[in-house]
Amino acid sequence: MTVNMTKGQAISLQKNDGGTLTAVRMGLGWQAAPRRGLFGSRTREIDLDASAVLFADKQPVDVVFFRHLVSDDGSVRHTGDNLVGGVGQGGDDEAILVDLARVPVHIDQIVFTVNSFTGQTFQEVQDAFCRLVDETNGQELARYTLAGGGQYTAQIMAKVSRAGAGWQMTALGTPANGRTFQDLMPAILPHL
Amino acid sequence: MTAELVRGQNHPLPEARIEIRVSAGKPIVAGATLSDEQGAVHGVEWVAHPGSPTLPGIEVSKQAAADHRLACDLDALPESVHRVSVLLALPSGVGGPVRFGAVAAPFVAVTGLDGSEVASYTITGLDAESAVVALELYRRQGAWKVRAIGQGYAGGLAELLTDQGLPQAHQLAGTINEAVAQGLARSVAAPPPRTADGDRSRQAATPVRGQDQGGTAPQGVHGQVPPQHGHPGGQTSGSAGPSGAGTTGHGAPPSGYPSGPGQADPSAVTPSAGVGGPVNYSHPGRQPAAPPPPPPTAPPAQPGQPAQPVAGDATGWSMEERLYNQVWGMFEDLARSAAAYRSAVDFAESRMEQELDKVLSDPRSRIGGQGDAAREAARAKHSQLVDRARESLDRDLAQLTAESEVVEPALPPAFARWDNPVWQGYRVPMEVPMALRLGDLHLPESAGLSIPMLVRLPLERGLWIDSGRAGSVDASIADSDERRRLAMETAVAHAARLLAVYPAGDYAVHVIDPGGSGATALAPLTSTGVLAAPPAVGAAGVNEVLAGLTQRVDLVQMAIRGGAADSLPPDLDTAEQLVIVNDFPHGFDDRAVTQLRYLADEGPAVGVHLMLVADREDASAYGPLLDPLWRSLLRLTPVPDDHLADPWVGHAWTYDPSRVPNGSQVLQHVLTQVAAARRSWNR
Repeated sequence: MTVNMTKGQAISLQKNDGGTLTAVRMGLGWQAAPRRGLFGSRTREIDLDASAVLFADKQPVDVVFFRHLVSDDGSVRHTGDNLVGGVGQGGDDEAILVDLARVPVHIDQIVFTVNSFTGQTFQEVQDAFCRLVDETNGQELARYTLAGGGQYTAQIMAKVSRAGAGWQMTALGTPANGRTFQDLMPAILPHL
Repeated sequence: MTAELVRGQNHPLPEARIEIRVSAGKPIVAGATLSDEQGAVHGVEWVAHPGSPTLPGIEVSKQAAADHRLACDLDALPESVHRVSVLLALPSGVGGPVRFGAVAAPFVAVTGLDGSEVASYTITGLDAESAVVALELYRRQGAWKVRAIGQGYAGGLAELLTDQGLPQAHQLAGTINEAVAQGLARSVAAPPPRTADGDRSRQAATPVRGQDQGGTAPQGVHGQVPPQHGHPGGQTSGSAGPSGAGTTGHGAPPSGYPSGPGQADPSAVTPSAGVGGPVNYSHPGRQPAAPPPPPPTAPPAQPGQPAQPVAGDATGWSMEERLYNQVWGMFEDLARSAAAYRSAVDFAESRMEQELDKVLSDPRSRIGGQGDAAREAARAKHSQLVDRARESLDRDLAQLTAESEVVEPALPPAFARWDNPVWQGYRVPMEVPMALRLGDLHLPESAGLSIPMLVRLPLERGLWIDSGRAGSVDASIADSDERRRLAMETAVAHAARLLAVYPAGDYAVHVIDPGGSGATALAPLTSTGVLAAPPAVGAAGVNEVLAGLTQRVDLVQMAIRGGAADSLPPDLDTAEQLVIVNDFPHGFDDRAVTQLRYLADEGPAVGVHLMLVADREDASAYGPLLDPLWRSLLRLTPVPDDHLADPWVGHAWTYDPSRVPNGSQVLQHVLTQVAAARRSWNR
């Protein structure tokens, strides 16, 4: 069951059977740019990047992105940068794994973002999507279609925040512009 | 294309006229038996052997030789022959080895007349056998095929021929042995062997009397037989490799230790037939590609409980590699758990400070108890967060401690502490381990839990045992002589460990002790005789050792760059070299310092390693000139010191050298074994 979440909708990550979510994965997939012309090396590849920013009391304390693949505490891991996309039709080209049980106690919100590093807007990117998956059973929790999303180069996708003893996820889906997560910081802060 | 056969495998033969090349380290007898459809050998006239070398369609050598070429014309064989068994045997009664376990694994190849190899087979796993059926050529639906057999017989030719169903087996075996003895008497005696390889080529060339073998090339070209170069693994695995599981059925000690290697006294051979064991399907040349045994897995955990830790619960091809990966996994987990704890505590503190500042700057808080309450609340928030952080750290530490408790006892000697019982049962290994334990690492948060510090072998950097005071957390050792003594003892313990984990004779340790001040600490090395030479003293000694090692580095580098590794001088010691320098730079002139820097830079790549026992202050006269030298060495301390950083989050880890327990004789025990193994291996 896929929840196509609407902006601002919040779902608790409590599972139906009462257990809480322990691991989530943010997946990002897009189709590689078609090769044009005679000189294959000159095709304009599309590089989208997934990032996760860890906040404690609205202060960013750690970030996981392609230059820092594992958070210092080891709870958030990026599986590695993909520069061209299109690994599998519908599969994730980049993924960030979050082990919620091991997230340090002071971290209370994790924000996931997508950036177009090569600068193409989501209008130009084919079949781009991002999603959040419950890593324990593979169930998709939320999914956004980025393609055709207008003249934006970034999206603040969702946040996972502490709620009581467990975690809940809030869909944000806010478009923004920026090359990396640093450019998005002003846009992220209002959502915390 | 050559098919490398494993035992039992078959391969089609493209043509009828073939040659079978045999190569073994020692002179052996080659023969062939012909048998009919039922597998019966009809009589002595169906056996080609040195006494009767020529049969229709097949011809064997008249005498024992290290290399053979058997010419075979399958079309010329009688119609009734359906199988040709190629057999090899050790000549008896001529003083040579009496079991195949004592010679290099025989290599058999089937080639076309133009020399192109069709199929090859290395007969491994032989031990007490003195005769073996190597291959069989057989008719299958009108075409000939070859099959790798490798069936050995401890009872020699007689037993082999009996097994083939030959009634006169014993007489024939006697005839063959007599013919071989006569053949040997005619040939020039081989000069005494010097090295294994020299021995091999010389004996191959000695019995050059086989020119009467029609149609085959002269035997003088034996040096070009492929296994000499192409199958180094196959040649050694018969005597030293772990592949003997196939046929050895009796209780021989594991061949991984020098107490039971192939070169053992022939009189110690047990006559029990070690034949008929399970077939060893592993390919001798592709040992590492065999799938590893499955790792031990943790029993399924109770829901909500962490799994019980198990030693070796990591990926890897061998238990050693799994343990190595597990130790590094523990290292990373501890680093990250500590990072989580520290960042939470830092955050709690900074938040409390901010809140306290706010209270202080708020004028309303100066009236009444409002300010106190706010301050109290800020402190409570702080301690609550810190408590929760501590709780999760304690949970992680408990899990890692439990893991450490099962991993430590399971570690092999190279990874184990000196007080680990594994050292009491120490035996000189046959293979270089993948890593070496230099000490323990722990964090202030994890005082009770230390992680083995494992570095890969061969060492990529030299070691610097710091005998200086700088940075030492243990201020109690203020006395400079005491520190130097401790540093030298630590260096000796590291060197002893290196000597112990390398196979006998594969590691040579030189000591430069210009002032002789390290004599006491060096006693374990000098008294057991494991050093390559007595410690060098004085400026002359320094220069001599350094000149020797510099020349070695230079030669090996030239050989590698020129691609001429086999033209190194024969007296060059191929072992890895470690030079321990005590009291640097005492006794060193400028030239010697330059040589030392050369060794530190260029040595590790060609197997020359440096262990410097020095106080940096002593070399201060050189100014910044030696900074690159110090930087290129891995600094270790004789006392606990927090100067090492992990590669993930950069914590300062407290390094604790692996020390021999007080009053323990483990060093002497281990080094004595190393020295004994080296003597018995004559290296």
